[in-house]
Amino acid sequence: MARKISILIVDDEDSVRDSLYNWFIEDGFRVECAENAKKALTILESGEFDIILADIKMPGMDGLEMLRRIKSLKKDSIVIVMTAFATVDTAVKALKDGAYDYVTKPFDPDDLTHLIRNATKQISLTDENENLKKKVISLENVEDLIGGSEAMKNVLREVESVAQTNSSVIITGESGTGKELVARAIHSNSSRKYFPFVSVHCGALTESLLESELFGHEKGAFTGAMYNRKGRFEMADSGSIFLDEIATISTKMQVELLRVLESKTFTRVGGNKEISSDFRVICATNKDLKNMVEKGTFREDLYYRLNVVNIQIPPLRDRKEDIPLLVDYFIKKYCTSMNKPAVPIDQSALKRLQEFNFPGNIRELENMIERAIVVGTGKKIGLQDLPLEKTMVNNFAESLDDFERAFILQILNKYNWNISRTAKALKVDRVTLYNKIKKYDLKLAGQ
Amino acid sequence: MNLQNITLISFGYFGKDILEKAAGAVSQEFSFPVSIKEGHIDLSEFYDSARRQYNGNNLLKQVDSFSLPDSFKTLGIFNVDLFIPILTFIFGQAFLGGKTGIASIYRLDNERYGMVGNSQILLNRFTKEVVHELGHTFGLIHCLNPSCVMRSSTYVEDIDQKTQNLCIRCREEFVSLTGV
Repeated sequence: MARKISILIVDDEDSVRDSLYNWFIEDGFRVECAENAKKALTILESGEFDIILADIKMPGMDGLEMLRRIKSLKKDSIVIVMTAFATVDTAVKALKDGAYDYVTKPFDPDDLTHLIRNATKQISLTDENENLKKKVISLENVEDLIGGSEAMKNVLREVESVAQTNSSVIITGESGTGKELVARAIHSNSSRKYFPFVSVHCGALTESLLESELFGHEKGAFTGAMYNRKGRFEMADSGSIFLDEIATISTKMQVELLRVLESKTFTRVGGNKEISSDFRVICATNKDLKNMVEKGTFREDLYYRLNVVNIQIPPLRDRKEDIPLLVDYFIKKYCTSMNKPAVPIDQSALKRLQEFNFPGNIRELENMIERAIVVGTGKKIGLQDLPLEKTMVNNFAESLDDFERAFILQILNKYNWNISRTAKALKVDRVTLYNKIKKYDLKLAGQ
Repeated sequence: MNLQNITLISFGYFGKDILEKAAGAVSQEFSFPVSIKEGHIDLSEFYDSARRQYNGNNLLKQVDSFSLPDSFKTLGIFNVDLFIPILTFIFGQAFLGGKTGIASIYRLDNERYGMVGNSQILLNRFTKEVVHELGHTFGLIHCLNPSCVMRSSTYVEDIDQKTQNLCIRCREEFVSLTGV
């Protein structure tokens, strides 16, 4: 028993109260007694009880009336009614009014034990369910949305405040910054969290496919439409719909979408029945929608309809202080999924990661770490496990020195730090290479 | 005068052996001297003719009212069918952390259930019930350990499943409650 279960006994007979009190106390429960319904309700006002064991026939307010009042105060209260043989009908009525169970007096000790055991099992299941729900929600809320930087904290603050509303949201940010994760976080922090989160990748579908995907279709609406199919808007009823790459939809679809957003009703392709659905729209794009509106490629009215709230996700290069946290998170994530013990990362490798620009943002970092865990030795992630230098030469040449340093290191690694072969490949003599190594403080990974 | 004394008071006829053996087991389990006394009360006052049983609540209060200056725990032992108003029967009951308990041998005999009598089984069950109720008077509550004597038993088969000893946790609890 995880916590002490509390029982309130309500009966006008002293002997019954005493008997039950002694019985439950010996079982380790917290027990209180009330001699009438009025006193029981007063006790219940000041404290919560897991189980209420009440007699039906009592002077003044009877057990049934008390049951109704308890249920109106706390719907999920477990109330067990006690009755004499002659009042079984009343007990049945009590069950209809929400009583958990009933027992006829006097009862077999085993019946009482079973009854209380079942009730406590239900209580512990309810507790467990609540705890798991909280855990799931907290996991949904924070998982993958990693970052302690001010830029990321701002995003999280915006997510929290916008989640409580029903407004449309546009999430903007470069590819790989985690726009869908932010959308999921908005959903799972909102009152719609127990309903579906439906994601549609608009850029991956042709116009006709997207129409069928969003609105659904009736059997025979087009070649291959063999069955009726629900659309994504219909599936997202009471939940949220996430339209990724919204900038890619055609002008015709923009008109359709605007109409649906305004009326929250639509018809399936090939159908004529109007369907209504209560959904919240969250869009994402890596394009400048405002600019597209100015150029006339995106409808202005749709833009203002969608852009009630705009959340801008910073690229990874603008929040490099989050890289160690992200690296740590991805190491744990992939080591767990691959059943490997968590491997540490070499400090020099981590430093180089923080120097890198990450044009592919978090997605690129995640892939790098995943690859390092797959191909690495399993003891430590070092520079040699990260495809950093090659990418860096191509992408990170903010100065000639940076370029030269990365390039020399890349060739050194290629020839396993064989100075003669590296010098030959670079077409310089060994002394020059030694000087460069000294100048750039180049070291063999792990040293 | 030794105040750390447990007294078993028998009401009605019991074989001498069974009381002495039970007393020996109690003494061993709780490390206190145990004495056996004979008590006399008019059981008809506690008889419920409608139920044809004896009111356990009233008997417990009656035994509790006995003043035994040399005893700090008292267990009344009966050979009649006990009930409490809410339950069809009880094997015994006690004041949790109090001074008094009661136990009955009435429902412990195999013959009661149409089987061949077995004095050893009867003694084992009786001993466990006596230790169990006295355990409550020391403040021990029901235990979930199937072999612990403080495990709740609603049928004689349940009593047979457990031992006559406290489990480790109940033993620790007993030590912390009594300092023994």
